[in-house]
Amino acid sequence: MNSVILHGRPIVGGYAEGEALVTSQEISGWGGVEAASGTIIESRHELRGESFKGKVLVFPGAKGSSGWSGIFHTARLAGAAPKAMLFNTMTSKAALGAIVTRVPAITDFDQDPLAVIHTGDWLKIDGDRGVVEVIKRGDLSHSRV
Amino acid sequence: MRLTADEEAMLDGKEGRAVQRAMELLVQYGDALGAERLVDTNNVCGANVFSPAPGLPKFESHDQIFSQMSLDSDETFEIPHVKAYSCQLIGRMDARHWRLQGIAQETHDLIAESESYNAAHGIQLMNTCTPYQVGNVPVKGEHCAWMESSAVVYINSVLGARTNVEGRESTAAAMLTGKIPYWGYHLDAQRVGTHYVDVQFPVQDFMDWGILGYYVGKMVGDKVPVLDHVDSTPNLSQLKHFGAAASTSGGVELYHIPGITAEARTVEEAFQGHPVQARFSFGQQERLQVYEELNSTARDSQVDLVMLGCPHANIQQIWEICNLLEGKKVHSNTDLWIFTPHPIRELADRNGYTKILEDAGAVLMSDTCPAIGRFLPKGTKVIATDSAKQVHYLPAIMKVQGWFGSTKDCVHAAITGRWAGGIS
Repeated sequence: MNSVILHGRPIVGGYAEGEALVTSQEISGWGGVEAASGTIIESRHELRGESFKGKVLVFPGAKGSSGWSGIFHTARLAGAAPKAMLFNTMTSKAALGAIVTRVPAITDFDQDPLAVIHTGDWLKIDGDRGVVEVIKRGDLSHSRV
Repeated sequence: MRLTADEEAMLDGKEGRAVQRAMELLVQYGDALGAERLVDTNNVCGANVFSPAPGLPKFESHDQIFSQMSLDSDETFEIPHVKAYSCQLIGRMDARHWRLQGIAQETHDLIAESESYNAAHGIQLMNTCTPYQVGNVPVKGEHCAWMESSAVVYINSVLGARTNVEGRESTAAAMLTGKIPYWGYHLDAQRVGTHYVDVQFPVQDFMDWGILGYYVGKMVGDKVPVLDHVDSTPNLSQLKHFGAAASTSGGVELYHIPGITAEARTVEEAFQGHPVQARFSFGQQERLQVYEELNSTARDSQVDLVMLGCPHANIQQIWEICNLLEGKKVHSNTDLWIFTPHPIRELADRNGYTKILEDAGAVLMSDTCPAIGRFLPKGTKVIATDSAKQVHYLPAIMKVQGWFGSTKDCVHAAITGRWAGGIS
């Protein structure tokens, strides 16, 4: 079994495990996500139609409207929040959004998470220490026994 | 973060539980950003008026709504009066035309009650995405805490005020404490230009300013573009459209047009000796490509709704629309809705413009917009708008086709019921 470890700066603490949902495109909150189901709705977004509910969302950063935190806040209250958030670029939208989503969140990694992590990989996230263990999808059946 | 004595006191609960919670949130937020300290602010624009939305639980009181939705707290506090000058941004309901929006009486009453609650706590009910059009005009260097990306980019760039794009929870915390993290665009070093844009096409009208903004946002993301060779002076409406488009397609929160915007008289002054990260130009080819892109969701020429006033229209724009409509009628299969802040609608009432619009079959609405309020005339499949921002969002949110074009082409579509717009 080969796993990769990433180290970053903790934003929100806590521990989570889950399947990765990775996008190379920035995420627009208000007007880009349907909060009640956690589904990406932005026209021409590569994740359009997919939900981050119960997944670990791995993305470059936040863009668009200032309603970003409000949408993720509502998604949490609706039970549609992601399990954790891993992102590259720190912005006021991403910082506040991660805090009100109340799930482990990490940024400023020693390796690019978008290059290392693929959709379907299993992730173990320690939000207190800023450590992510990536178990590649091919090794999943083995590692979860 | 380093806290001052008054900030420590708030964090210790000396000013009550709600202020304590607000300070906790600001400290957590500031630490996440990597801010070294907070800064005083006495100009906050946020969005605390409640309206029901899918996914939200039922609340028992307005204090509970403010505690949970605005301060991210499961505990309900008694919310005190705001400490900072605070304004409510655009919301879900037009106080005059809510029935036309399809809002039920019960929802209307809840929103109206929430507005009263907010006003009683000292929050000004401006109810617009453009507070700077109705009297909240920050001065150069003023530290603000504003939501609404189109307003943030306007006051940062055109006026030289200082704010990041804040969110509902951070602005609410700023209202109660008069503090916001000293980070990002509050700092001199972050306000330096990063990207050079050679504006080769002579951008002169409202539509082209929106196209240029959408293009620049796509090219620079959330960086700081500097526009060179702008050879005519844009007015408020054009810069409002430019910034709204740039903050929609990318995440532009600050730009410089040397000689026109607040902080740079020359290109050199905009970059302050820092390296230019990238250079690109905007010419006829880029202009036509963006126009095509903004029209990519539209196919059917029959138009159900023409929407004008995103960001909210000012009185000059309403006057121009009245002139375009004069002596004509909106087509029986089409609606024409124009959106403006409510103090400007009162001016339009007084000028007789509201009546001119109503006589032509149009409606002058305020306090909201179709994208924020999620409403359209029943059965709408195709909309047309002169706003690059609205045509970006509305087709995604409301699952409709969207045409984008000049204000004149939009008014023409309202009169004929068909889209015949274009670009030359």
